[in-house]
Amino acid sequence: MGKAVISNNIRRLRFFANEMTQQELAEKTGGSRQTIVAIENGKYFPTLELAFRIAHAFQVPLDEVFTFQLATDPKK
Amino acid sequence: MDWKIIENLMSKKLDIMINIFIFVSKIIYPKTGLIPPVMDIKEKRILVSLVSSVAIMAIYCFYVYYRFIHSNPALLHDLRFLGKWFLIMVPVAIVAQIIIQILLAIYLKVSGHDDIDPIEDERDKMIELKAIKISHYIFIIGFMMAMGSLGMGMKPSVMIFVLMIMGFLASVVNEVLRLWYYRKGV
Repeated sequence: MGKAVISNNIRRLRFFANEMTQQELAEKTGGSRQTIVAIENGKYFPTLELAFRIAHAFQVPLDEVFTFQLATDPKK
Repeated sequence: MDWKIIENLMSKKLDIMINIFIFVSKIIYPKTGLIPPVMDIKEKRILVSLVSSVAIMAIYCFYVYYRFIHSNPALLHDLRFLGKWFLIMVPVAIVAQIIIQILLAIYLKVSGHDDIDPIEDERDKMIELKAIKISHYIFIIGFMMAMGSLGMGMKPSVMIFVLMIMGFLASVVNEVLRLWYYRKGV
């Protein structure tokens, strides 16, 4: 199976939401600012619940916040 | 007492501790360094806890050594003495840690760190669980080594020292790993 690549559009969505700050997003999702920073930088992949909370904060579907791709294995 | 004096004193001590840790991390990770120029509040708390727990252990052991063992080395094999040493060390370390964390919280409040974020969310729990898991492995290895020392016919005092050292090592590794996961990601 290929390697899973999960990326996110949180920075872009924050920009379009009146340049929402990371702290504001953290307060809306019930998490900490550090967690939002880690998610934005791809250092942490949130649980399904937090992922839905982030999508809900931006009023967009989940697949607009996170995108999933399977990287093809070059050996095959 | 003037808050400014306390703030200056604590600021200097915190800076010294952070600089020592940056120096050590630069040796371990010469390319990146474990500690960035700006640390968030949780990392600072863990760092203070790590440095203070090492310092408390060292000071307490030095005190016991020079107060009791230096004049009477036979006490090292006195199980009653070792039991008392360990039993007193645990509450002393806990109380000292609580006082240091309270002082740190006061310092952060006085120095105007408005980004104090007491929220503990899923990422913090995940980091804590991962760090605890590995530190438990270390303690289990220590337990096996302690039992091994008994099995090899060593003195019971050796078993107690192995347990104490590995227990302390496990708690240090726990905090170092938490710093590592906060910096590198889970």
